[in-house]
Amino acid sequence: MVKDPRWRWALAVGAAVYLALALGTLDVNWARVADGLERGARFIGGFLAPDFTTRWRDISQGLTESLTMTVTSTVAGVLISIPIGVGAARNLAPPAVYYVCRAIIALSRSLQEIIVAILLVAMFGFGPFAGFLTLTFATIGFLSKLLAEDIETIDEAQAEAIRATGASWLQLVTWGVMPQVMPRLVGLSLYRVDINFRESAVIGIVGAGGIGATLNTAIDRYEYDSAGAILLIIIGIVMAAEYASSHIRRWVQ
Amino acid sequence: MAVTRRADGGFDWRLRTPRQSLAQWALWLGLVALTVWCWEVMTETTIWAFVSDAPRQAADIAGRAFPPRWSYMERLWGPLWDTLNIATLGTLLGVAIALPVAFLAARNTTPSALILRPAALFVIVASRSINSLIWALLLVSILGPGLLAGVIAIALRSIGFIGKLLYEAIEEIDARQVEAVQATGASGPQVLTYAVWPQIAPAFWGVSVFRWDINIRESAVLGLVGAGGLGLQLSGSLNTLAWPQVTMIIIVILAAVVASEWVSAKVRHAII
Repeated sequence: MVKDPRWRWALAVGAAVYLALALGTLDVNWARVADGLERGARFIGGFLAPDFTTRWRDISQGLTESLTMTVTSTVAGVLISIPIGVGAARNLAPPAVYYVCRAIIALSRSLQEIIVAILLVAMFGFGPFAGFLTLTFATIGFLSKLLAEDIETIDEAQAEAIRATGASWLQLVTWGVMPQVMPRLVGLSLYRVDINFRESAVIGIVGAGGIGATLNTAIDRYEYDSAGAILLIIIGIVMAAEYASSHIRRWVQ
Repeated sequence: MAVTRRADGGFDWRLRTPRQSLAQWALWLGLVALTVWCWEVMTETTIWAFVSDAPRQAADIAGRAFPPRWSYMERLWGPLWDTLNIATLGTLLGVAIALPVAFLAARNTTPSALILRPAALFVIVASRSINSLIWALLLVSILGPGLLAGVIAIALRSIGFIGKLLYEAIEEIDARQVEAVQATGASGPQVLTYAVWPQIAPAFWGVSVFRWDINIRESAVLGLVGAGGLGLQLSGSLNTLAWPQVTMIIIVILAAVVASEWVSAKVRHAII
């Protein structure tokens, strides 16, 4: 890859020095780690023998919040993403609209969900409503970007044919563009359902509702068997969602 | 394509049969009903007074958060360095574990399709389903707060991502090259080094650098649960309601994200 041997050596030495410096900053408190090993063993035990029943009321409430948040935020996110995605496609939108929509996408993509969640919890109060807004915001950046890229690479011949019939802009989008991007939009939305569920498990840590809040409480109380049960439920639902969405995508396309 | 008969005996061409379009309407209706029902369940406990109060709150926070406290930057260099180290060391550890897991999970290189392959696939799915923040939450409670918990959390989350993309790359390699090397009488490790590895190396480096870029983003917020780095300062500033510092930290995180994205794009461009 690197042609000059001197550069190769310099890179190797630089990497080694960096690694030594980075490992030096770790500053591990071994006594604390040794203490923790017993807890680690208990956690692995809790994972192998999960306790679904003791905290079932909390778990089921967290799950309901997470699942409803996932559905509503994906639907709202898709509905908002479609106009923004169309606006961010260079071949459909005038430059002014294009730059505004691209700015919205860049903003949504560069802020992490968890930071957005912190700010929205501060504004809207604790609970799943702030989580819903966070996930919707994150969905917009993801879906609009991919949708815009998809629209920019459509088959221009079909759009041209519709335009030649004297169709208006709206008719062009409905008959020339939408049929070409619809299968991929459905696929991406299903993929986003999956991501939103996974994220809903995280934003609860900062107070935005969902299974993450339950998990946080369980870990804070050192109830590793309940935490193990929650993690297993998350893994199971993600697996099921992935399996189902790959089937639906094959059926749509 | 379906043909229906009009009352006057002529024919109509339609995209869908009546049964198909009815099914489609039912599907959409079901989706709308599900969304409305989910909305009802979700907002049961929402306090609408807080929601309607949000614009005022937002204006209040924005008023406190600007201008950012630029002088705070001198106390952020250390955490920024920690964040970089968490991401880099975590990626290295994750790659080291993901590589063997990917070989166990790929259909054409796994030593046992019956036991080891499902086990490796489960490791990949489990790691992918759980966000690094949750891993960090667990590890902080097990190992105590600090960078080590962050490094391991990043590594655990990276295994699934790198493992999945890598084992798909391994399954797509050209079998003829493997066969050619095997025909020379090469041993198992020799086949891996001379036939399999050269074919997946570009994917391997590309995926690793891409994951490093994502890890910079994630390690920036891991401190919220006590795993060190910029997030630790963020949580401290949030707890003391020091909004100008919060703005400053968010600016630093955004700059780090943009810089890492630039580096990873450059490196991937050089490799591929």
